[in-house]
Amino acid sequence: MAENIVKSRVLNPGEAAAPAMVLDDPLSFWGGFDPLSGEIIDQHHPQAGQRVGGHALVIPSSRGSAGTPAGIAESIRLGVGPAAIILGREDINIAVGASVAARLYSIHVPVVVVEKNDFSILRDGDTIEVLRDGTLRL
Amino acid sequence: MKPDLTTRDAAILNGDEGEAKRFAMEIVVQAAEIMNATNLIDVSFLHIDACHYYGRAHIDFAQYLVDLKARFDIPAWTNTIPVNLEGSDIRADADPTFSREARQLPGLYEAMGAKPVWTCAPYQLLGGPEFGDQIIGSESNAVAYYNSVVGARTNKYGDFFEVCAGLVGRTPYAGLHTNAGRRGTLLLDVSDFSDDLKSENMFHHVLGYLTGKLAGAGVPVIKGLLSDTTKDQLKAISAAVAASGGVGLFHAIGVTPEAPDLETVFQGQSPRQTIKVSSDMLMNARDQLTTVSNGPVAMVAVGTPHFSFSEFQSLTALMDGQLVHDDVTFYVTTSRFVRDMVAQEGWLEMLENAGIDVIVDTCTYFTPAVKNCRGRVMTNSAKWAYYAPGMLPIDGVVFGSLRECVETAIRGAAWRDPDLWCEQTWQRTL
Repeated sequence: MAENIVKSRVLNPGEAAAPAMVLDDPLSFWGGFDPLSGEIIDQHHPQAGQRVGGHALVIPSSRGSAGTPAGIAESIRLGVGPAAIILGREDINIAVGASVAARLYSIHVPVVVVEKNDFSILRDGDTIEVLRDGTLRL
Repeated sequence: MKPDLTTRDAAILNGDEGEAKRFAMEIVVQAAEIMNATNLIDVSFLHIDACHYYGRAHIDFAQYLVDLKARFDIPAWTNTIPVNLEGSDIRADADPTFSREARQLPGLYEAMGAKPVWTCAPYQLLGGPEFGDQIIGSESNAVAYYNSVVGARTNKYGDFFEVCAGLVGRTPYAGLHTNAGRRGTLLLDVSDFSDDLKSENMFHHVLGYLTGKLAGAGVPVIKGLLSDTTKDQLKAISAAVAASGGVGLFHAIGVTPEAPDLETVFQGQSPRQTIKVSSDMLMNARDQLTTVSNGPVAMVAVGTPHFSFSEFQSLTALMDGQLVHDDVTFYVTTSRFVRDMVAQEGWLEMLENAGIDVIVDTCTYFTPAVKNCRGRVMTNSAKWAYYAPGMLPIDGVVFGSLRECVETAIRGAAWRDPDLWCEQTWQRTL
């Protein structure tokens, strides 16, 4: 199979290779997410019940809760957070959560944004490799 | 895009004002790049959300800054927290680590010089931001209220970023800080509803909930509110638009300070969309906030956002010496500041003697739940009604007016005001 290369914009640098988990809707990482287990607990969310741990999380954005950065950072600290986060649009709250976790715990979870067309080709379960410069290898 | 930094911004980033500010400025600059901001601006006030514990990362972040001797140079006021710092533990089912760390975190922000107000309605306190001030808000209703009702300017900021921006007193110049970002996007017209309905607080909770759902993350403009719309009613809209949508700013023509007329709020352009609100839209929104049939009520929860002095005045008059039913727990959440004012009037004692629990520092819809939070719960808050079913172990919510909440608490079962709920009340008059 030919390797696909996708360019992304780096919001928080890091490297990872992990299977993709594609979320259909935005998610609040406070109230909609359990940072102790990494489980999506928003009962209205299409992927409710799934655990994000160890996945390259493909997500349009977070929802507007002020608590999202702390939910992201806490799940990263506990090792139950995403291995990488691939966004459909810029999201300060997710980027700051990962950035603070990198500074406090030296765990560097990459957060990147991809173009709309590239976002739509990312498939659940496919392995995504994220390089430090934002290159994604599918 | 790299923002243009001033000499002082660059000096802070270089560590000239200490390691805490260097750390904070790195985060602010990272955010500025993400937001494509051209430069940073000064901010004069901070409302801190990161004092609200729900994980060790909150403690580690604050302790890291305290160890670096971080101090706020601008007024920094604190949001609600999951515990009541003064009284007994009202979240009896919380695990011991949660209770201990949730009580530990607030002290770390006090050590950085924050003013310990622990309220989601800091705009009810004296000495806060004024019209035109550039500030850092975080809690969603306070962001909407400061922007819309006070006319101060803030984006809806998240945990950690807000502390960093407050420490350096700088934020990216983007979004609701700019004139262009404050232009209305959507017009909602409620002119045709009766003055009687529009003077009833429940109307504003319902309208806010509907507006948030319609506006998404835009800047909705409401036309047709009464010119004497109260601060409590604007608080209700602020809380509900920010819960059901991502709204950080709304305008109300003839009511809010940046909205003298349509021309001004739309900055000479046409709204992207105009919606004449119908009776059905309003009644559907109202009915979505109730998730359970009428029947016995275990808890009544008011004060989301924190109850104001004038709301206490109404509650005291409605109770009028009557007692809360033995099977009902009646919680009012508020700030210490308002609680102390209410105590001076003698109302606090009257309410407590009637069987009402007045709780400060926290709110009832957070998990872990407060004591006796189960079964059917009644609230007058659209925000409470929106969040609680997903967060608390309850059977459902009954949404109603404050008068209905009081009557329900006295009877022990959900009561509906026939005049308020009759179809005619919610019809357009034209």
